[in-house]
Amino acid sequence: MVALVLVGHSPELLRGLRAMLAQAAPAVPVVVAGGTDGGALGTSAPRILHALRSALADSPDGTIVLLDLGSAALALEMALDDLEPSARARVRVSRGALVEGAVRAAVQAAGGGSLAAVLAASEMSAALDKLPDDWPADGAAPGTHPGQTPGRPDR
Amino acid sequence: MISTGDFSRFLETFAARIHAAKEELTQLDSAIGDADHGINMDRGMTAISELLPGLQDGDAGTLFKQTGMKLISTVGGASGPLYGTFFLRLGTSFGTATEIGPTELAAGFRAGLEGVIARGKAGLDDKTMVDAMVPAVEALEAGIGDLPAALDAAAVAAAAGRDRVTPLVARKGRASYLGERSADHQDPGATSTTILFESLRDALRAG
Repeated sequence: MVALVLVGHSPELLRGLRAMLAQAAPAVPVVVAGGTDGGALGTSAPRILHALRSALADSPDGTIVLLDLGSAALALEMALDDLEPSARARVRVSRGALVEGAVRAAVQAAGGGSLAAVLAASEMSAALDKLPDDWPADGAAPGTHPGQTPGRPDR
Repeated sequence: MISTGDFSRFLETFAARIHAAKEELTQLDSAIGDADHGINMDRGMTAISELLPGLQDGDAGTLFKQTGMKLISTVGGASGPLYGTFFLRLGTSFGTATEIGPTELAAGFRAGLEGVIARGKAGLDDKTMVDAMVPAVEALEAGIGDLPAALDAAAVAAAAGRDRVTPLVARKGRASYLGERSADHQDPGATSTTILFESLRDALRAG
């Protein structure tokens, strides 16, 4: 089964997300690499490397990496540089949003999806609209636009 | 010749000046970034100061490689991998030497700069630490016949590079999220790099 490695600046954020994934897809291995070695906000290449090795050891099918922000990519690149080539070949890094991407990836991985399928699922989150179709395009609360149907027509 | 002890004093000076500039760097970064550059660099360099007593009697390569490794794991933001790579490459270039001459010094800083560019993929005018580091390394290389003058020229060139890109729009890192609004703000990375070259000049001059 494909594993997930979550890389981010806040250990608390990643722990919370891991708990959500454990509920949605309990069989999927999820390893987190959040914060610096001293536990401060930030990312650490050695911690990411450790997480990658741990995920790959448990999952012969490989692992998907999700990032919280672009600045985590620099530390991730350093970690990947230090990973053995055979292990590096089983890593795919997602462009998807962290929370939605991880949930979609975990569900796909739990269903036995391949590395490519799990990556594709995680990246569909980029175009994912979380709101109902009739939500105002400018993001305003439904019903606040003149002449627009209120969001709750039953009231 | 520059000894490992001299380089240790450079890192100590850099750590002290980063600590003193922590609020200023954080202010600069809160205008165009995520307000963590001062805090992150201070945390990393404080960790380095604690390492120095155990490294100052060894070789220059080990001193800078240990510095790089520590920064990578403690700094946290993008500056961790970038300064970490800089010092790792510097250490690799110096190898097991305990005395470094001006030519080796310039070659080491060139290797460090190339590491930063390869890692961060920033070029001149992207408004990053590279804009201070490129002219500083060039000044160092141009002046190896007279080391004190070259160190001074490098510090002056770094500051000029930092100031030259202040009017520009940032094209890398978090500041680039702001687009046009990043113009006319001094870049925090170019500022800490200037502090690095000023620390090098002042620490080696004192020796």
